[in-house]
Amino acid sequence: MNEAVTLDRASGARVASEPIGSIPLAFTLNGEARHLHVSPWTTLLDLLRDTLDLTGSKKGCDHGQCGACTVLIDGKRMNSCLKLAVTLDGHDVTTIEGLGQPGDLHPLQAAFIEHDAFQCGYCTPGQICSAQGLINEGHAKNREDVREQMSGNLCRCGAYPNIADAVLEVLGTEKSE
Amino acid sequence: MNASTKIGIGTPLSRVDGVDKVTGAAPYAAEYNVANLLYGVTVSSRIAKGKITAIDEAAARAVPGVVDILSHANRPKQAWLDRSWKDELSIPGEPFKAFHDAQILFAGQPIAVVVAETFEAARFAASLLEVTYEGEAHNIDFEASLAEKFLPKPGSRRNNYHPPKSRGDAQAAFNEAAVSHEATYHLAPEHHNPMEMHATTVEWHGDGKVTVYDKNQGSQGVQAYLASAFGLGKKNVRVVNAYVGGGFGSGLRPQWQVQVATMATIHLERSVRVVMTRAQMFTHGYRPECTYTVKLGAEHTGKLTSIMGDATTSTSRFENNMEDIVTWGMMNYASPNIHGEYAIAPRDTYTSADMRAPGAATGMTLFEIAIDEMAYKAKVDPLEFRLINYSEVDGMNQTPFTSKALREAYREGAERFDWDQRSPEPRSMKEGRELIGWGVATGMWDAQFSKTSASAKLNANGHLEVACATSDIGTGTYTVMVQVAADTLGVAPEQITAKLGDSDLPTAPVEGGSWGAASTGAAVQLACETIAKKLFKAAGKMDSKPLGDAKFEDVEFVEGTIRRKDAGGQPLALTEVMRASEFTVIEAEETASPGIGGMISMAQKSRNTHSAIFCEVRVDEELNQVRVTRIVNAVAAGRIINPKTARSQILGGVTMGIGMALHEETFADARLGRWMNHSFAEYHIPAQADIHDIEVIFVDEPDAEVTPLGVKGLGEIGIVGTAAAVANAIYHATGTRVRSLPITIDKLMG
Ligand code: FES
Ligand code: FES
Repeated sequence: MNEAVTLDRASGARVASEPIGSIPLAFTLNGEARHLHVSPWTTLLDLLRDTLDLTGSKKGCDHGQCGACTVLIDGKRMNSCLKLAVTLDGHDVTTIEGLGQPGDLHPLQAAFIEHDAFQCGYCTPGQICSAQGLINEGHAKNREDVREQMSGNLCRCGAYPNIADAVLEVLGTEKSE
Repeated sequence: MNASTKIGIGTPLSRVDGVDKVTGAAPYAAEYNVANLLYGVTVSSRIAKGKITAIDEAAARAVPGVVDILSHANRPKQAWLDRSWKDELSIPGEPFKAFHDAQILFAGQPIAVVVAETFEAARFAASLLEVTYEGEAHNIDFEASLAEKFLPKPGSRRNNYHPPKSRGDAQAAFNEAAVSHEATYHLAPEHHNPMEMHATTVEWHGDGKVTVYDKNQGSQGVQAYLASAFGLGKKNVRVVNAYVGGGFGSGLRPQWQVQVATMATIHLERSVRVVMTRAQMFTHGYRPECTYTVKLGAEHTGKLTSIMGDATTSTSRFENNMEDIVTWGMMNYASPNIHGEYAIAPRDTYTSADMRAPGAATGMTLFEIAIDEMAYKAKVDPLEFRLINYSEVDGMNQTPFTSKALREAYREGAERFDWDQRSPEPRSMKEGRELIGWGVATGMWDAQFSKTSASAKLNANGHLEVACATSDIGTGTYTVMVQVAADTLGVAPEQITAKLGDSDLPTAPVEGGSWGAASTGAAVQLACETIAKKLFKAAGKMDSKPLGDAKFEDVEFVEGTIRRKDAGGQPLALTEVMRASEFTVIEAEETASPGIGGMISMAQKSRNTHSAIFCEVRVDEELNQVRVTRIVNAVAAGRIINPKTARSQILGGVTMGIGMALHEETFADARLGRWMNHSFAEYHIPAQADIHDIEVIFVDEPDAEVTPLGVKGLGEIGIVGTAAAVANAIYHATGTRVRSLPITIDKLMG
């Protein structure tokens, strides 16, 4: 962890509480079994960010149009703003926090840093989860494929060429182009 | 100091905030989950003009979890006078004040906030609010607004604009010119749309004290603004913007969500978060729509004899936002006769605002399309035409530049692009069913410097902390601060912490205008130099006299040591000096300012970045679909602190320029008075598949005069001219000249 930029979280970070209207939900989150009560109108994204304090998943539109909220559900990439939390019973969810941590980075996270594949960093967790989903799908063979198949993740800072470089490095196909 | 033996400046250090960003650990404004937080959802006006006659809150208040609803009818006390609402970058007029009264000034205006225990309850209740309006006639159509265009009296309270400097008799020279060109160009309104929506979490500490986690480009500006608008007292307001999910100008002035969140917090005496929806991201500033008539006259050789420009941009009815549109062409090219006119046209929207390279991104880009047309008329290669009319001095102000390596940028860019392989005729290059076009354009932006303070603190264990209230909106400021500190004190980057984005830190201006790296860098350097001097002094007092009789000029700070430049004696570890002197910490705070000398120099010389952009497009002959397949952008921007993050800045600017050329346009529905396409589905920003090869070249441009570090800034130059290079390439590919950006398929089918 680079302490150069760590900012103390405001005191009293919230712990999981039961929102109004409780429906039991049992699912796996970042490898851990979780038993919660959620309300039927809560999206996975809001559950993660507001209730579970997993704010790595970002909200860029809340409409399934930007990809900033991308997480992996049973290994498949998904816009978590479009997913109601109650539908996740029995499923396996991985967020950016579950992919790798400071000191133990996932290869995609390391490649994103090395290739400067972000500027403001807001789209980045979504890009990385999406890239892992793309790798899991196994369809992307070259830069052309990566560009096409990563197009659901917008980056207003315009880091696209660097994002493609980082993903290709991890895919290991850059040389075969 | 001998930079070559130093680490730091000029090295491609990976972003020091990288780990926090890729792991999701970096907190943005809406991510401070403070205790007892309430969620506010803002209701937006459905009409464009008129007033609210009634708000029926019954159904909304009945939703379980709703705590309160605030509007103009019951808001807490706030400042009445406009001058209490001025912000760091206020423009002439009446600043917008949310919930001030029943008046509606624009569609989407925030009119009420529903505050609840959960976001979901607030969102649902907000949808139940019944608002009754009394509408008035409105206009948001730009064409129609031109009938009301005006230029506020120069020097008056409603005008902060410096008119272009005209010279000679441009009209006569235009009339007599052997080759001439006149056309009107247009740029559609664009919305900034950073990926992070504007958000504020206000933490209530009791006793009128708040910490405001806010998305903005200047924490201290927002602090002063809130203190004044809500009568809080500056010491009671701390504003934090440690991580900002993009700005591009949208966070230069405080946005309305910080007003609403602060107001609700004061009223309820509880912490409140307010986040704009993506649709609400279209209810504040935008890049003004522009119409620009350019007239050019030249000799047979292509040598310009007259440059004339007449531009109008859009503003609101309550503030006058003015941009330099017509000056850029006049500054960049040599012409004996120049004339510029400018006006603004008011309409019933929010006030237009600075967006990445305000003025230049519009004015230089549209002018560079006109220059391209002129080159064809004069039958001169477009690059050659620019060289024929190259100006060694600022063509408008007639002042020399501190440096201008644009000629080198043209040359290096052209070489890399293989410009000499271009076939001159439009529609003469083709591959399969794709027409190929090559275009060139020029970019120009200001190299600015702004008074900034920074502190440095060296601990006994060798750890260095540098701090400044500046912002890092993706610009790489954290990394620049670390590199400058490493360079100055010879401390390894891993041993350095940079702190920014907090109004408690040493004074810095809002982050914008590309002055961040030059100004913050200079302040950090000064603070570290003071530490260096203190260390040197302490070393001199050591009994062993490790540096002998060396003067300060005779030593250098490298690899965590002080050593004599003549290599005499042993290098002396900084930690050793600290220990021998029994220092636990050495601290310094310094301010970098242009000073009187700098002010004089600024008046005598022009300070600018320049760029040469080469572009290849491929256009489907039947479908008219355009792909930008290759861009080479050669940038002359002085000294580059970090080639890795610098390249990213240019990539980002070029990408937004491609959006300007092909996609970005906010449509006005004149009947409803609203922006129609307020989502990412309907306002297209470039996606991964839209972006192909972009090559960035930094031209060597030593400039000891422009700023203390020789840095010119890179945040904006990348977008300037890019859309013109695309437009000019499209003309070369298709033979169709489109004078209105963005160049959508329908315009090519025309
Ligand atoms: S926030 Fe989910 S796609 Fe944009
Ligand atoms: S890094 Fe800023 S939006 Fe992608």
